[in-house]
Amino acid sequence: MNMTRREWLRSTKLLLLTPAAAAFVDRLCGDTTAIPDKYQMAQHYWGMTIDIEKCIGCGNCVRACAAENHVQSGSFRTWVERYHVADWPADQPIVDSPDGAFNGFPPMADTGGKSFFVPKLCNQCEHSPCVQVCPVGATFETPDGLVLVDQSYCLGCRYCVQACPYGCRFIDEAKQVVDKCTLCYHRISKGLTTACCEACPTGARTLADLKNPKDPVHEFLRNNSIQVLKPHMATGSKVYYRDLDESVR
Amino acid sequence: MKDVVHLVRLAALFAVGIIVFLVARQMIIPAGFGKYGHFRPGALDDVRAKPISFAGHETCEACHDDVHTQLAGGKHAHLACEACHGPQAIHAEDPAKVKPVLPNTTQLCPVCHEASAAKPKWFPQVISKDHSGGEPCKTCHQPHSPAFGKEAAK
Repeated sequence: MNMTRREWLRSTKLLLLTPAAAAFVDRLCGDTTAIPDKYQMAQHYWGMTIDIEKCIGCGNCVRACAAENHVQSGSFRTWVERYHVADWPADQPIVDSPDGAFNGFPPMADTGGKSFFVPKLCNQCEHSPCVQVCPVGATFETPDGLVLVDQSYCLGCRYCVQACPYGCRFIDEAKQVVDKCTLCYHRISKGLTTACCEACPTGARTLADLKNPKDPVHEFLRNNSIQVLKPHMATGSKVYYRDLDESVR
Repeated sequence: MKDVVHLVRLAALFAVGIIVFLVARQMIIPAGFGKYGHFRPGALDDVRAKPISFAGHETCEACHDDVHTQLAGGKHAHLACEACHGPQAIHAEDPAKVKPVLPNTTQLCPVCHEASAAKPKWFPQVISKDHSGGEPCKTCHQPHSPAFGKEAAK
């Protein structure tokens, strides 16, 4: 068989159409669920900042979250804890959170030591333990930095509920699948802030877009003493606390 | 030549098997799977499909500009409308049909301003029983611009 290079190239020029054909096939039977609006997923990376010194423990965030996300009673996508540290070393703090602070906290008399509030929610971890343990891939990290659940895949096996070091997941009793904070994805993808940030009367919580160079979060992280919960677990938490006490777990 | 027929049969069997596999795969894998990561992109739409309850203060300000101006000049400037008035997206959608209920200041204000040792020291707090003796807060304070006298000058 004698074939020059030129002849071979000529005879195989149809191959050049292969990528075009592949694109055509992909268009025919591939993705039809592209998000149709202006939200550009690649341009965002969401997190939250929490300023401990501003939290007054009113529970507005807990009520707002429940109203926005129809969270079943007794479960919380966000909640507030009250810490009381009588003396140093602060390894035995007294922590309470009556009904997740849905109705705030009863007044507290000054008995010495220090007391403060710690709002909690899903930390939207960059390396989520909950994502790693899911046996069916129902929970995942999105390119814009959220940890979400595909409830049509979830089996309700509760592995992730146990794996979350922050106790942020719970079982939706009606659907028998897992539920968690979505960082109000239905709101932030429309340009609104989260329900908890909207309702916070002191601005203790602020939604942060880490990919937006104009977001004040960068200055906030640079100029303050910032902590995350359980840093030793290397979860890559994106809920940044300002001036968090060492007693907080 | 006779032997080649066996090979053709075998190749045909393989071809059928591969086609069945590809068709089944196409049917089982959800549309667009893997586009953004190891998940079904439709799951994002499921999460995003939820209706909003809190309209956001920008929406409120579009109509209630007068209140916003008053609020911006007072101590409650940083408060979003729905922090006190509750979720009002249904009101924003049809203002004529759904009227918000005016909050009861006797119950609402102490939610934040009732004194507690756990609250940060900078935050204005009172023991409401001693402070007003059960009178509604709005008897003296205008909620949209609550400070007066010495407080307002600060």
